[in-house]
Amino acid sequence: MSAEVPEGASAEEQKEMEDKVTSPEKAEEAKLKARYPHLGQKPGGSDFLRKRLQKGQKYFDSGDYNMAKAKMKNKQLPTAAPDKTEVTGDHIPTPQDLPQRKPSLVTSKLAG
Amino acid sequence: MATLMATLQYIISTVEFNHSGELLATGDKGGRVVIFQQEQENKIQSHSRGEYNVYSTFQSHEPEFDYLKSLEIEEKINKIRWLPQKNAAQFLLSTNDKTIKLWKISERDKRPEGYNLKEEDGRYRDPTTVTTLRVPVFRPMDLMVEASPRRIFANAHTYHINSISINSDYETYLSADDLRINLWHLEITDRSFNIVDIKPANMEELTEVITAAEFHPNSCNTFVYSSSKGTIRLCDMRASALCDRHSKLFEEPEDPSNRSFFSEIISSISDVKFSHSGRYMMTRDYLSVKIWDLNMENRPVETYQVHEYLRSKLCSLYENDCIFDKFECCWNGSDSVVMTGSYNNFFRMFDRNTKRDITLEASRENNKPRTVLKPRKVCASGKRKKDEISVDSLDFNKKILHTAWHPKENIIAVATTNNLYIFQDKVN
Repeated sequence: MSAEVPEGASAEEQKEMEDKVTSPEKAEEAKLKARYPHLGQKPGGSDFLRKRLQKGQKYFDSGDYNMAKAKMKNKQLPTAAPDKTEVTGDHIPTPQDLPQRKPSLVTSKLAG
Repeated sequence: MATLMATLQYIISTVEFNHSGELLATGDKGGRVVIFQQEQENKIQSHSRGEYNVYSTFQSHEPEFDYLKSLEIEEKINKIRWLPQKNAAQFLLSTNDKTIKLWKISERDKRPEGYNLKEEDGRYRDPTTVTTLRVPVFRPMDLMVEASPRRIFANAHTYHINSISINSDYETYLSADDLRINLWHLEITDRSFNIVDIKPANMEELTEVITAAEFHPNSCNTFVYSSSKGTIRLCDMRASALCDRHSKLFEEPEDPSNRSFFSEIISSISDVKFSHSGRYMMTRDYLSVKIWDLNMENRPVETYQVHEYLRSKLCSLYENDCIFDKFECCWNGSDSVVMTGSYNNFFRMFDRNTKRDITLEASRENNKPRTVLKPRKVCASGKRKKDEISVDSLDFNKKILHTAWHPKENIIAVATTNNLYIFQDKVN
């Protein structure tokens, strides 16, 4: 099934080229990687799932923010809670923590 | 096929026939439930079965706000499940992301008339003018259908409810969110038992979530839940109180050389449904429908490709989020045909016996009553024949996620974004 394979190409490279020819899925993957080179090493992993668990429009809570800032004066900066899905209580919600507000009203289908 | 089409104000989010098929409930993104009722069969004009008309409309859920997490809670109805009818009233469970409600739908077609102390319009009579007494009697009135919430099952889910399923004991039901499954008694709202918990101690280790769950139709101790990794676990509640360890694990082995970035995403199961017989279960992942024999865990017994031509479009489907669309699937009454939706307002049916399949379209052009639906065909590549549609001209915004099949007859309900279509087989 191989197309013209350049001389001296390794078996691995040959297979990769064959894959691109025979598997439409791998071809699509190559397309995606070309557009987004930094796309997560763990495909379909925690990032997706965490995004899915965090559904619904999140709003900035100034009460949480100010309370946590006041507590912080005495302590070190708290390390990010292991449970990153919830921003409540002592964890200071900063604007960076909140997901980007989508321009349209349609929430991500991932969380649907 | 005769067709009925109803346009709803909001996006339809769930469709479900009741156990007799006489009633069809739809839930929408605005938290409303609309119930359609089949007309009594017209014996004279026996060329068609009764048509469906609006029977009742009510607001099931309202939008709420979680003040602790500063998150809004959508009123969208995720699922509706009917209870079997025990008396004159009908009962259904409807759920949004956080709260499940038991609704009673009852008819009132008589009212008492002839009070002694009240006029017919409700004004009180002057007691001194009453000279004789009469016994109030019930007189017929225009049919009124009332919906009232009988139970509210709240505060049991940290994550978002994706499924509810009524047990065959008709006393309990389960509700499933992304990480947990709870067991409820229909009479008790202040307690529920957690029966599955897959939340890891450290959320960094999270690798899969629960996508759907259902009780077995006959065995009241058995239920299944599907995952985002394409596995289905069958659990037996007799084995232990917490069913974290499955009794059976259904998973099709994957060829590691075929693995791609998309593999896990498209293997995520969006729906799982037992057959009426209880012998099989059907799962829907992004590109296919699979039928599993409960006695065989290592692979499905049948696989049907819904829209394989999308495999070469996965990159753009990932970019426009369509790859995360959650399609449902359903069985016909005799478990011989299965149905599921696709894009461009297409839906597909697979006959398990003849191995034939058909693609149909739910659209306004076909809406004239008694028009026979024409089969459609998508052309994957190369020369497009007349009447075929090329993959590139499919409208990915027109998706059919929800379909339902009448439990006894060849009547199907298909929901496009805002429209509900009901198709019936021609009766000769």
